[in-house]
Amino acid sequence: MSAAVAAAPALSVEDVSVELGGRLVLQQARLSVDKGELVGLLGPNGAGKTTLLRTVLGLLRPVGGRVAVEGRTAKPGRTALGYVPQRHEFAWEFPICVADVVMTGLTGRLGLFRRPGAAEWEAVADALERVRMSDLADRPVGQLSGGQRQRVLVARALALRPSLLLLDEPFTGLDMPTQDLLSALFVDLAREGRAVLMTTHDLLGALDACDRVALLNRSIVAVGTPDRLALDPAPWMSAFGVGPESALLRVLKATAR
Amino acid sequence: MTPVEFFTDLFNPELAFLPKALAVAVMSSIICGVVGCYVVLRGMAFIGDAVAHAVFPGLAVAFVLGGSLVIGGTIAGVITAVLVAVFSQNRRLKEDSIIGIFFVAAFALGVVIISRAPGYAGSLQQFLFGSITGIPDSDLYVVGITGLAVLAVVFLLHKELVAISLDRESARALGVKVFWLDLVLYVLVTLAVVISVQTIGNILVLALLITPASTARLLTDRLSVMMVLAPLIGGASALVGLYVSWSWDFPTGGTIVLVLTVAFLLGWFLGPRHGLVGRLRRGRGPLIDDTGALAPADGAAVLAGAHANVPEPVDGGRA
Ligand SMILES: Nc1ncnc2c1ncn2[C@@H]1O[C@H](COP(=O)(O)OP(=O)(O)OP(=O)(O)O)[C@@H](O)[C@H]1O
Ligand SMILES: [Mg+2]
Repeated sequence: MSAAVAAAPALSVEDVSVELGGRLVLQQARLSVDKGELVGLLGPNGAGKTTLLRTVLGLLRPVGGRVAVEGRTAKPGRTALGYVPQRHEFAWEFPICVADVVMTGLTGRLGLFRRPGAAEWEAVADALERVRMSDLADRPVGQLSGGQRQRVLVARALALRPSLLLLDEPFTGLDMPTQDLLSALFVDLAREGRAVLMTTHDLLGALDACDRVALLNRSIVAVGTPDRLALDPAPWMSAFGVGPESALLRVLKATAR
Repeated sequence: MTPVEFFTDLFNPELAFLPKALAVAVMSSIICGVVGCYVVLRGMAFIGDAVAHAVFPGLAVAFVLGGSLVIGGTIAGVITAVLVAVFSQNRRLKEDSIIGIFFVAAFALGVVIISRAPGYAGSLQQFLFGSITGIPDSDLYVVGITGLAVLAVVFLLHKELVAISLDRESARALGVKVFWLDLVLYVLVTLAVVISVQTIGNILVLALLITPASTARLLTDRLSVMMVLAPLIGGASALVGLYVSWSWDFPTGGTIVLVLTVAFLLGWFLGPRHGLVGRLRRGRGPLIDDTGALAPADGAAVLAGAHANVPEPVDGGRA
């Protein structure tokens, strides 16, 4: 797909191992995402998808290996990373409007004691425009639908104008039209020159929209374009721990044609 | 007693303690109202309760040694807040268990310490249920300055406190120092509690934190409005409560809390958006909260819990 122009990829995860609660949750995971590329991270529950994203954000320190964002080790607050957590991580009952939530994406950049100025509000307006939520800017977030909430979280991540966007299960609990709308948005965001990495349990959606797909189960089992991966059932069986007769492989076979 | 008589009493030099009590009660309510907004929105009521109990040994030590109650309470409360913040980083035990362990222990320590002092029962009662007499002039300044400092910190760190309340992980990823801000918030809660304990009492102070902020939440969907309404409701309730308690010779702390509760119930029934009346008028069921806003039942349960915690030693035991 889109070729890496710059020397360093937007994100490179180099043989990263991560321990949680004394257990090795990621083992020598290796993955890179280029600018302009939408990569889907697939794997069963507990595979370590969220853990991988949190490691890239610098929230977890790997016991081995290295994460580099545009060639440099990522540090919380230092690197312009956009993070879209799972929707249930956010306190939706908080009395705050959409635009103010998006502004919280700039909290770290602004630093202590500084108040947002014209430039910041412009960034917020741009981000809202980007996810087509401008007309709901003054709405309390508690009154939004699931799809609108997801777009607010994306806008909050975009406020920083990041070159790398990480999305954790953005499609969970959304209907098909909303999923379509969002994956079109993610494709656009990638085409504009960002690197986008998203975890998802929606295999079909990922195979349809992503430029490349990575299968994770403690380590990266396989990476490739959807066309190629869909033809090869072996890595899917090993990543998801399913047999040759499973529904997953039947679905996969159906998409391969 | 008419409000006018109350007003003249306020300026009666024989009753010099009355305006002082009013000033302290109103300032406490304002500060608790502002800080309480975070407590309510983050569901930290339990921490407010913990800190309220935890300041007790500090008050007891200060009382026994004849030092400043505000300073003694602050030290004890801050120590507990730090312990809770540090120990709750360990995810193996849930935060509320940790808090439960520390605040009951601190309270027990306070009871033991104060039992060493002469006039044990009277002073214990005063701590637990508040008193409007015997506020030294110096406390007026301590409360005023502490209150201003608390409000200044809230104002300066508002952006960060909101960010960590919305979504801790993302805030951390943005480089916001979540642990330190938690600690600051716990200390702010402690200070708000400590300056209020004198008039409201140890047991009832939780109401000052929770009730005005919860009432304000029922009336608005905007945080900025909520943070103005809550101290207004708190301050007005303190004024009305003191007037009622002075007129009918009711205990001050209890009366103020009851006035706050009446204000909460009014908000619950008459609130423009979430109120029962508004809902019925719009033809919707009263119990389903469309925005997922603070279910008022929570606040009520918290308060019920606080009252259930009232210990018995006031007149029983070794007095
Ligand atoms: N704080 C923690 N302490 C110990 N183990 C953890 C912790 N968080 C996650 N784990 C473990 O790490 C593994 C990976 O978890 P992770 O949340 O990354 O999985 P995931 O791929 O995101 O799963 P899901 O699809 O369910 O979201 C799981 O086995 C989980 O039990
Ligand atoms: Mg996950």
